[in-house]
Amino acid sequence: MKESFRHIFSLGCKELAGLFRDPLLVVLIIYSFSLNIYIGAKSAPEAISDAAIAIVDEDGSPLSKRISDAFIPPLFLKPDMISRADIDRLMDEGRYTFIVVFPPSFQEKVMANDNPEVQVNVDATRMSQAFTGNGYIQQIINREVKSFIGEKSQGKPIYSAGAIIRNRFNPNLTKSWGRAVNGLINNITMIALILTGAALIRERERGTMEHLLVTPVKPVEIMISKVWSMSLLVLVVTGFSLIMIVHKLLGIPIAGSFWLFMLGVLINLFTVTSLGIFLACFARDMPQLGILLILVLMPMQILSGGTTSQANMPAFIQFVMRFAPTTYFVEFSKAILFRGANFSLVWKIFLQMLILGGVYFFIALRRFRKSVAS
Amino acid sequence: MSQTPMDDRRDAPVVEFRELSLSYGKTVGIDRLTLALPPRQLIGLIGPDGVGKSTLLSLITGAHVMQKGDLRVLGGDMRDVEHRNWACPRIAYMPQGLGKNLYFTLTVEENLQFFARLFGQDAEERRQRIDRLTKSTGLYRFLNRPAGKLSGGMKQKLGLCCSLIHDPDLLVLDEPTTGVDPLARRQFWDLIDNIKEEQPSLSVIVATAYMDEAQRFDWLIAMDAGHILDTGTPEELLRKTSSPNLDEAFIKLLPEEKRSGHSELVVPPLETDGEISIEAEGLTKRFGDFTAVDHVSFKIQRGEIFGFLGSNGCGKTTTMRMLTGLLPVTEGEAKLFGKPIDSESPETRKNLGYMTQLFSLYNELTVRQNIELYAKLYDMEPEEIPARVDAMLERFDLTGVANRLPSQLPLGIKQRMSLAAAVIHSPQILILDEPTSGVDPVARDSFWELIIEISRRDKVTVFITTHFMNEATRCDRISLMHAGRSLACDTPEALTAARSAETLEDAFIAYLEEADSGAADAAEAAAGGMVSSSNDGTKKKKSFFQEHVFDFGRFYTYFWRELLELRRDRIRTTLALFGAMILMVVIGYGITMDVENIDTAVLDWDQSELSQDYLLSIYGSPRYFRVHEPVTGHSELEMRMKSGELQMVVEIPPSFGRDVQRGKNPDVGYWIDGGEPATAETTVGYAQGVHSLWQQRYAERQQHSGTKGVSVQNRYLYNPDVLSLPAMVPAVIPLLLMMIPAVLAALSVVREKELGSIINLYVTPVRRSEFLLGKQLPYVLFSFASAVLLVLMAVFLFDVPIKGSVLLLMGSLFIYCILSTGMGMLCSSVTKSQIAVIFLALIATMMPAVQLCGLTDPVPNDGSLSSIIGNIYPTTHMLLISRGVFNKGLRFTHLTIPVLILAVEIVAICGLGILTQRKQER
Repeated sequence: MKESFRHIFSLGCKELAGLFRDPLLVVLIIYSFSLNIYIGAKSAPEAISDAAIAIVDEDGSPLSKRISDAFIPPLFLKPDMISRADIDRLMDEGRYTFIVVFPPSFQEKVMANDNPEVQVNVDATRMSQAFTGNGYIQQIINREVKSFIGEKSQGKPIYSAGAIIRNRFNPNLTKSWGRAVNGLINNITMIALILTGAALIRERERGTMEHLLVTPVKPVEIMISKVWSMSLLVLVVTGFSLIMIVHKLLGIPIAGSFWLFMLGVLINLFTVTSLGIFLACFARDMPQLGILLILVLMPMQILSGGTTSQANMPAFIQFVMRFAPTTYFVEFSKAILFRGANFSLVWKIFLQMLILGGVYFFIALRRFRKSVAS
Repeated sequence: MSQTPMDDRRDAPVVEFRELSLSYGKTVGIDRLTLALPPRQLIGLIGPDGVGKSTLLSLITGAHVMQKGDLRVLGGDMRDVEHRNWACPRIAYMPQGLGKNLYFTLTVEENLQFFARLFGQDAEERRQRIDRLTKSTGLYRFLNRPAGKLSGGMKQKLGLCCSLIHDPDLLVLDEPTTGVDPLARRQFWDLIDNIKEEQPSLSVIVATAYMDEAQRFDWLIAMDAGHILDTGTPEELLRKTSSPNLDEAFIKLLPEEKRSGHSELVVPPLETDGEISIEAEGLTKRFGDFTAVDHVSFKIQRGEIFGFLGSNGCGKTTTMRMLTGLLPVTEGEAKLFGKPIDSESPETRKNLGYMTQLFSLYNELTVRQNIELYAKLYDMEPEEIPARVDAMLERFDLTGVANRLPSQLPLGIKQRMSLAAAVIHSPQILILDEPTSGVDPVARDSFWELIIEISRRDKVTVFITTHFMNEATRCDRISLMHAGRSLACDTPEALTAARSAETLEDAFIAYLEEADSGAADAAEAAAGGMVSSSNDGTKKKKSFFQEHVFDFGRFYTYFWRELLELRRDRIRTTLALFGAMILMVVIGYGITMDVENIDTAVLDWDQSELSQDYLLSIYGSPRYFRVHEPVTGHSELEMRMKSGELQMVVEIPPSFGRDVQRGKNPDVGYWIDGGEPATAETTVGYAQGVHSLWQQRYAERQQHSGTKGVSVQNRYLYNPDVLSLPAMVPAVIPLLLMMIPAVLAALSVVREKELGSIINLYVTPVRRSEFLLGKQLPYVLFSFASAVLLVLMAVFLFDVPIKGSVLLLMGSLFIYCILSTGMGMLCSSVTKSQIAVIFLALIATMMPAVQLCGLTDPVPNDGSLSSIIGNIYPTTHMLLISRGVFNKGLRFTHLTIPVLILAVEIVAICGLGILTQRKQER
């Protein structure tokens, strides 16, 4: 037992010492935990901004003008006035995300309580901007019409109070918060996977693995040594990145306990590094590992719930993603960092992650022992 | 310095250097060498490891970039690019290491074809030359065998054939027979002699550590520590030093301080108590149908030095791996100290010390760190370790290099260090697999001194394999192995006597030839005739373009080679192809902007009829709101939102109903989880919708006029059902076609760097552009094939029709594939290790393509770093084209700009890759 610990400790130290000898690798790690996260976080404007909008005003009434004037920066660019005939062409060219069309005698019909229709053309290929922007446009039109009617009819609307919206945990819905934390999660996953997976393949290709196996070292000790050393390294840079880049540079408040988050990261790293070894045991050489990494990393980055909510994905994808460590990582990161959740609220996620990691670890170990014997 | 007896004084020296120096960082490789080498000679470069032999050769062949001094090869200055381009095709170079310039997945035929094509030979000429060369070297029978499956000797012969394929004027061989068995070695030198005979104008320069080989050279250069000790014919050197053989002559040439301590090795007789330490009985190992080791039996006494001799690939290493417990035994039994080998038992392992054939310690740890690591892994007591490590460093003469990295050290020192690591824990048995391959004579002798000491003084049993006959004679007993079987096992003297041979080497060869059709090889070599070079001089005239800009033949050669390799790796191509299709399904269905099933609960302080009516609009939209148990208070609200159970809570204030009826306009509160801003934004929209809908309904119920307002009709263009899928699928294609091709291509160049075949770029006339673009093209074609598959999937599986020009889409995708593979090649050009290139390729593609290029959010134009990258990155433009053609039905006239941008970026990315790739080693 005591020997095992010493083996694991010595081999882990060897991993770390080896890593620091490769300057390019160190530079890449530093880059991915600093600039890469910063650039990713700043990748899109906050909420919707500068949406290109055009208006076809076939009414030309004070009401239609009033609504047109309500589309103002920063949400929208100043609207261009165009004619109906140009709608399709301009939409095709991608000049505008939205084109609002006021029909003839629009104001007249409003006043006559005739419920006229305003048409909003939306370029649905613009994805998030299309969906959220459309919501804003509806609000603006309704608001303007309501207050216009109120002014004109002098009548007192019976219930006109607004809904008071309070956004918890991120009052201004600042998108960079989510992006930064996602970026951190993605980088942690990527680096932990590459470092363990590729390090294992490298030992195999260079013959150092064979040499280790004639010493009293057991395969499980080799695996644990890789897990702890790479986890420690990534844990340290994660802590640095969270404080210096996410919190200080990007100004994102951390609602919950830093140390609770780090505990979660640690458990997650156990799962991810085990997955890395698992993949390396299936790849014959580095080119194959490269492809495997892409196949695993890409869905994890896009579908773990960091970019879009997992609740809205089809059931089979939600099922598949239960096997991805990042799904749990995203869950507890949001809970701790944004919602300020404490241990009692996240222990279940931690436990699930631990079980998943255990499963990966043991499959990898079996596979590793087998590959050693052949 | 002695003067050369030149046969023809009119001839200029083939190689001439003055004050030539080269250093690697602070380490001096060669130091101000000045010499002229006579032409048409077989010139031997002899000297210990790490004295600069390989450095000198890599400069002569132009593989390494020059630093200081002058060097003229074949009558021209090697600094001059024009001359290098002229000279390269006339110099053939075989680097150190078994088959280092070969491609192991390619067959013998394909390797030869590759080199022949590189030198622009036409099909007929290639066929003739390949047949002639392989027939005379005995490789003809193995034309279809992958080079990786050849034995060491055959690999070296193939390497030689590849070097000779283009009739060079100068042949440079760097330790060509290291690690090659005596029979194959003898055949190799006969081959060289034949070639020289056939082609007297050929000059050959050979670096070697075998002094018995040096005997047959015309002229020798003895080197030490970056300097030239002496030059002359073998006879001259022998005379000058009055030595009986070159081994001794060389040692006498060494400066005084290096010679000290060196004396003739004497092996004290074995004193044994008869205890058996290693015992094998009918030991057999089969891999499938192939029997690697066939019923081998032996008994080795404690303290004995037991030698294993045999041709390459005869099962020596496999036997050793079974003894160490690395390989399970198929049949038979092996015992260490009377106990069966138990690979799991740490006790067995602690008794073993092992040295693998190839260096297998860590290049990233210093010498001391490596030895310390093994001390710890062998469970030595921590307090004993420092003293023991120091003692070992001292004993193996490693103290001076204790803090250096092994990669900077010559092979001989590395082998000493491996031995130190193998004996650090004072094992009872030492298993050494070719420990002296590639080690110079002096180092080899001192290595053997250690082995003898360990065996005789410490009573350690030594089990060793070697190709050196003088080493074999030092063993107490040797076993001759061939094709998995043990031919004979006795003392060296007895074996020599049994064949009535003069030397052990002759006896050994006699045994082998008797046992094997290996004789057929030699016979064939004799019958096959000579390597006659048809100096018909009908070399095709190259056009100016080929000569100075781009040669399509060489480009095609690299293309053909890479394609072969890609096609061989079925697993990788299948993974890449099917992986892309699976990812398309998963991501296509997975990314969705639709927000539904919002976890909602109500906090109704009022509980009036009107509040219930208000909340009906929540309960009535199950598609949007998944309603949970009502919340009863603020602390519960806080808790349940924190835990992530609830995304939205609707709070109705106390006396809401009464206040509304009195016209007091009470506010309704919506608490929304902002942790996911994009979802939250949509949720906010829903909340406002619910609220104003109820306002309207309430007003209608009160029959109040004037509040009907307007209805907004949405027309979602290009995606009328507002589904994510039709918008996502055209976007996933560019995403996948960025990352997968980049990673595929990224490893291609770095792998050549790690495995050594990059040397072919350095020493053949191929240009960087021909090399890189040729290697890139197979990946472009492969990626484009997967692009076609993905588009077909989009149309037929996902029912996303192509509304615009198919030609435009496919054309742009082709350009895009060039770009993404080009990104991979660029990553490959600037990195050295496979691990770093995977890392770089992933960082360079994944984050930008997913986050910066408008996949879910449009690319901003605010001048920030993110937006600059986003606007430059190819994926942005490909997304515009893909969505434009798929969803909007656009044609070329609408999309001219993005297509043009992509086309310009090809030049930029591929050009940058070519510029950053080096044509010479630095």
